[in-house]
Amino acid sequence: MVHIKRIQEGNVDIISVIGEIDASSSIELDLSIAKSVGEGHKNILVDCNALEYISSAGLGVFMSYIDELSDKGIKMVLFGLKEKVASTFQILGLADLLHITESKEEAKKKVHDLSI
Amino acid sequence: MPIGFNFGFFVENKAIVRLTFIGAIIVWLIMVFSDITVLFSDLKGLEPDLPTWLPRAMLDLFVISIFYYYKYKIEYDDTLNFTDLLWRVFAVGLVVTISSLSIKLMLVLLGSTALTGNVIFNEIIYLINLALFLIFLVAAFTAWKRLIVYHKSKWLIRFWRVFELTLLFVLIYDTLGIELTEWMMTVMIVDVGVFALVLSANMKWVAYLNFKQKWISLLLLLLSFFYLGYFFYTVTTQSGIIGAQSNAFLDFRSHIFNILLFAFIILYSSFSFLVILFNLPTSSAFEQKLEEVVNFQRISQSVQTEQNEESVYQILLESSVNSSFADAGWLEIYSEPDHAFYTNQITEKDALYIRDNLNKNQVKGAIDQSSDKTRNLSKHLAKIKGVKFRSILSSPLLIKGELAGSLTLLKELPDGFNKEMSRIVSTFVNQAGISIENFRLLAEAFQNERYKEELKIAKMVQKSLLPEKLEGDNSFQISAYSQSADEVGGDYYDAIRLSDHEVALIIADVSGKGTSAAFHMSQMKGIFHSLAQTEHSPSGFMLRANVALTNCLERGSFISAIYFVINTEKKMIRYARAGHCPVLYYCASKNMAEYLKDKGSALGMIRNSSYSNFIDNQEFAYQEGDMLVLYTDGITEAKNGKGQEFGYDRLADIVNQVNGHTPHEMQQIIIDTLHEYSGKDKINDDYTTMIIKFT
Repeated sequence: MVHIKRIQEGNVDIISVIGEIDASSSIELDLSIAKSVGEGHKNILVDCNALEYISSAGLGVFMSYIDELSDKGIKMVLFGLKEKVASTFQILGLADLLHITESKEEAKKKVHDLSI
Repeated sequence: MPIGFNFGFFVENKAIVRLTFIGAIIVWLIMVFSDITVLFSDLKGLEPDLPTWLPRAMLDLFVISIFYYYKYKIEYDDTLNFTDLLWRVFAVGLVVTISSLSIKLMLVLLGSTALTGNVIFNEIIYLINLALFLIFLVAAFTAWKRLIVYHKSKWLIRFWRVFELTLLFVLIYDTLGIELTEWMMTVMIVDVGVFALVLSANMKWVAYLNFKQKWISLLLLLLSFFYLGYFFYTVTTQSGIIGAQSNAFLDFRSHIFNILLFAFIILYSSFSFLVILFNLPTSSAFEQKLEEVVNFQRISQSVQTEQNEESVYQILLESSVNSSFADAGWLEIYSEPDHAFYTNQITEKDALYIRDNLNKNQVKGAIDQSSDKTRNLSKHLAKIKGVKFRSILSSPLLIKGELAGSLTLLKELPDGFNKEMSRIVSTFVNQAGISIENFRLLAEAFQNERYKEELKIAKMVQKSLLPEKLEGDNSFQISAYSQSADEVGGDYYDAIRLSDHEVALIIADVSGKGTSAAFHMSQMKGIFHSLAQTEHSPSGFMLRANVALTNCLERGSFISAIYFVINTEKKMIRYARAGHCPVLYYCASKNMAEYLKDKGSALGMIRNSSYSNFIDNQEFAYQEGDMLVLYTDGITEAKNGKGQEFGYDRLADIVNQVNGHTPHEMQQIIIDTLHEYSGKDKINDDYTTMIIKFT
């Protein structure tokens, strides 16, 4: 089960993912990212502080947006990943393809750096 | 009269019928002979040679014979319905009356001769009439019994038994000729009277007659009354004539049994007549109810009788029109793609005209799909020009709680639909909805059964995709095991010998699970078998596999894999890891298992040439006793009851503890530990292990 919240802070859209993402709940993650992209946000932060577990299907969602985001010039940064979640990204080799930071401040800075 | 010869068990019914018939005739003849003898002796003032009770005893036997005759003719004949029973009684009555009348006619033709004035001659005529009368009474008695105990209950059957026993007692009492005090007589007659009255209240069979049958029954009963009256009059007058000369004969009037039997037959006939008469006006309503039940059954049973949805709709429309006495009706099914329009007594054009006009006038009701209640829309009809109908009733057809269609009934009379009709139509529509639902559930069940069968086949096919036996070698042992969470899974392992001293190994895990994963797994097998022979560099293998998969994998899907090339001559291992769980390597010299650290993205994750930046070749030498422990995330991510994962450390611990075992034994220990940990037999993901031990 997953619960997803979205809030806007300045020019960034923050997607907070709470709970676990498995094959069925990955659809919700997909929808919320698609919505954010559809609304025209250029800076997207994904708050993973409360993300307990992510399955390969969930990782697939992030993976599937990599090309689309770079084509549209949208910056997406994940932050606050728990160790276990981070290692899942690491093992799959997805950590090298996504921007991942420790905290929200660093994530905002990363977005800013990427814009230049 | 429950005393019985148990012949029924040994002889066929037909034989008993014949036996009782012949018995009755013989007994009757003896009765006639003895009674005449007694009468003759009495007239001459002589002491008769025969005992005076003999004629009475013979009369009893005659009654009993006739009773058993009809018991087998009427009571045990299950094919008779109510009117048949009455018809039987009527027919018996007709035969006996005609016989009696013929004798009378003969006497009239003979005129007033010495013979007709003779007492003995009169006696014979009287006895013939008495026998005919008794035949009719007993036949009626048997038929009435069937009518009375139609709704069998324990108490009713017992009550009837007692009634029969009482009558038998009266019969025997008549024979013995014991004089009873007057009050005892009265008690006996009152007893039988009460019995008769209570039994006569059992009229339930009347309710099952339809209008026509009721009329027939009334007629048959009326004619039976006539027979009864005729015979009663005849035997009474004749016994009067004989009685004027002598009392030493079988006087009908002094025979209490005969009187009681006659009274009972008359009583029940009268009750039946009156009850049928008073039930006549309501019988059409009862028939209507019965028809509704039958229609209801037709709709409910249409599923079992392998009819289709269309026939359910047809039955629904037809039944509703009939049950509500509507002049016309239509049934519209909205659901796409099988939108349908059924009409009854009205053309589709007229029906659509009314419907469209009602919709145009924005009538809120079932017709415009906005309501789910049966509604009477009559007042809106008056506004439409050129329509002869003045009443309209519309009901929504709900299937699985969704509006699937509407049934509309029309009548030329204003206010033609009462609450009762609207209720029954609602019931019909609901039942039809349930029937359709059942149809669909049944179809779904069949479909599911088929899918299950297909999945079984898929499972077998997939099992054949995994190697039955892995390429072993003198220099290493190998063992692998794979289990899917669903029928089919996305885990894959394989091994190919490349040359005398080179073997390629692969373990792969398709993202997701189930059927789509299984398809990609089979693609992976194809890629492995075609590329392994030509591409000796592990990273080169991954690069080409990535290109091959780019066009096959849907967005968001990927395959994690590790590809090894083991050279047993140089004792070297080369491998590339594409996003798969890290290799657990047991080093015999260090006596420790460790996860190998390296980088590499899963296949399908980067679908362009830049993938080469994300995949590396690794190479190292192995020694005797070293082990490669390969696995999929189904093992490390298996959870226990508390939701904690099995994890990497636990797996490494097992390998450290049991490193002396063969790969096959170690594999079994890992699987057992895993099952023990998860605490349930089914682990919620595909899981695979492949263990290689160098020797």
